[in-house]
Amino acid sequence: MSILVDKNTRVVVQGITGREGMFHTEKMIEYGTNVVAGVTPGKGGQSALTLPVFNNTFDAVKQTGAEVSIIFVPARFAADAACEASEAGVRLVVVVAEHIPVMDMLRVKAFLRDRGTFMIGPNCPGIITAEECKMGIMPGYIHKKGPVGIISRSGTLTYEAVHQLTSVGIGQSTCIGIGGDPIGGMNFVDLLKLFAEDDKTGAVCLIGEIGGDAEEQAAQYIKAHFKKPVFGFIAGLTAPPGKRMGHAGAIISGSKGRASSKIDAMELAGITVIRNLGDFGAIVAKTLH
Amino acid sequence: MNIHEYQAKQLLKEYGIAVPEGSVASTPNDARKIATKLGTGKCVIKAQVHSGGRGKAGGIKVAATATKAAEIAKQIIGMTLITNQTGPAGKIVRKVLVEKTTDIARELYIAVVLDRTAQKFAIITSPMGGMDIEAVAASNPELIFTTHVALGQELWPFQIQKLLTGCKLDAEQIKVGTGILQNLLRLAQEKEATLVEINPLAVTRKGALRALDAKINFDDSALYRQPAIAVLEDPEQTDELELEAQKNGLNYVRLNGNVGTMVNGAGLAMATMDVIKMAGAEPANFLDVGGGADEEQIAKGFEIILSDKNVNAILFNVFGGILRCDILAAGVVAAAKKIKRKVPMIIRLEGTNVEEGRTILAKSGLNFEMAGSMKEAAEMVAKITVVAKNC
Repeated sequence: MSILVDKNTRVVVQGITGREGMFHTEKMIEYGTNVVAGVTPGKGGQSALTLPVFNNTFDAVKQTGAEVSIIFVPARFAADAACEASEAGVRLVVVVAEHIPVMDMLRVKAFLRDRGTFMIGPNCPGIITAEECKMGIMPGYIHKKGPVGIISRSGTLTYEAVHQLTSVGIGQSTCIGIGGDPIGGMNFVDLLKLFAEDDKTGAVCLIGEIGGDAEEQAAQYIKAHFKKPVFGFIAGLTAPPGKRMGHAGAIISGSKGRASSKIDAMELAGITVIRNLGDFGAIVAKTLH
Repeated sequence: MNIHEYQAKQLLKEYGIAVPEGSVASTPNDARKIATKLGTGKCVIKAQVHSGGRGKAGGIKVAATATKAAEIAKQIIGMTLITNQTGPAGKIVRKVLVEKTTDIARELYIAVVLDRTAQKFAIITSPMGGMDIEAVAASNPELIFTTHVALGQELWPFQIQKLLTGCKLDAEQIKVGTGILQNLLRLAQEKEATLVEINPLAVTRKGALRALDAKINFDDSALYRQPAIAVLEDPEQTDELELEAQKNGLNYVRLNGNVGTMVNGAGLAMATMDVIKMAGAEPANFLDVGGGADEEQIAKGFEIILSDKNVNAILFNVFGGILRCDILAAGVVAAAKKIKRKVPMIIRLEGTNVEEGRTILAKSGLNFEMAGSMKEAAEMVAKITVVAKNC
């Protein structure tokens, strides 16, 4: 009843002894996540929250069988940490940090692609399979097991959407915050492909925002290949036009990136578009029941 | 981060790309000296602000003599330039670029931009440079030439050929043009720029290629390791409140309405603005306090919102994740006690440590209303501000 992670997934936390790392690891464990190890360079041999701490991800993987990693190290070191985890053989890294230099992310993407490692983030809340595995900073209590998969570019927007779904009695399978950075890991289409194969996910919500053309691409993919019901929301409908520098952005993307372009593309693909976030849960409930 | 035209041209020069002879002046007298030194008589005076559309707004003028150059500089320095990109407040001009005029035969367009879809650098050229390049791209896409290069890679000869053939250059110009393309790409990679744009790249009557205007945008997240670029920042180009917010790690954009908003996360902040508008009210700002905000930052954000005199109600919409509700609540309480100006507050809290947050607020003695949902919060705030408007 999920994609990418479930209750058996063995998780290592990179940066476990930091302030954020410690706080969120504790919440992850409380939620029931199978955290098996932590990594902090120089603190190998110690323990944190009763978990063994290793100097690097290689040792953690070798000794605990960790298969996925969540990274809580600061932006300047996060790219290196992601590549280390990939080289150590984890199949998925979740990068929470924001403000990672774009050029670092381009290097990380190439590195991970060569080794077949999936990445979620950066600048994202992470991934959660309801009532099984929380790998991220999202509040756990708002999630409830059920049939709806969620993919979102914004962290707090996802919480809002999930909270409304749970409030109207609709549970979730897996929720993924893919992050809002220009260069990121898995995108809408990558995850839709996994949801298509997951027979316990009955419908998917896409939560997007203005800028880029990830939503347009998702809509195109859905129109051609995706058979389950899809709901869409775009933040920034009323945002004033940004202060743009130069013309190159407009030349390569044309009118894509605007809320109207995204909504049009979604509606053309048969996606139910929700315009007012306040109505999210109610509309999904009405359509699915 | 954006930089001024004169700074961008200095960088282009460092990368071997020809720009018109000239220099930057902060006073009319400096402008006269530069014009005299340029020697040709005619020169162009260009206002240095971070905005396009400067010419149409009266910020670019040609002077026939050095005396005239000083006169024009006197008009332009100190003026508030209002362009289609600056907003109604405009931007004050502190410096002008004084340059030799160029005999232009044709104008080309050339740019390197980080293409988020391709996740590579896009290199773009067109024989139709100048102000209408976006219209050309829409109406005559066959006149726009684009190719992609991955980080750490160089252009192949066939790509250069594709980019330059359509620009109708002769053999010598192709040689120079090849150098420009290679160097622009090198500049983008070495200085961590997400956009380097030369528009126009003039073909002079004598057949030389000159960059007449340039825009460069740098990755803010990389400035810590680009000290030579970081010092080029001109804080005056940013709105005062926006700058204050930036210094405190907050993302604030001033708008024209009267509902102050404080939200965590850019997406939820935008959606909150959307919901406020749909309820019939107008947001006064976008304020994303981000993930790791502490009590002090929250208090600062509150102060910044209230220094906008148009604000007559504030909506807090916080869904705690990495930002915990108790921290938000403590920050709001601390700031509200310090600031004399009182406006109605609608608070909507949910997420990590929500109970602790609600307790702090309840015990604070502050005057506020709690909203149960986002929609309810927007409706409550609309009711207050719309009534206020009608009084």
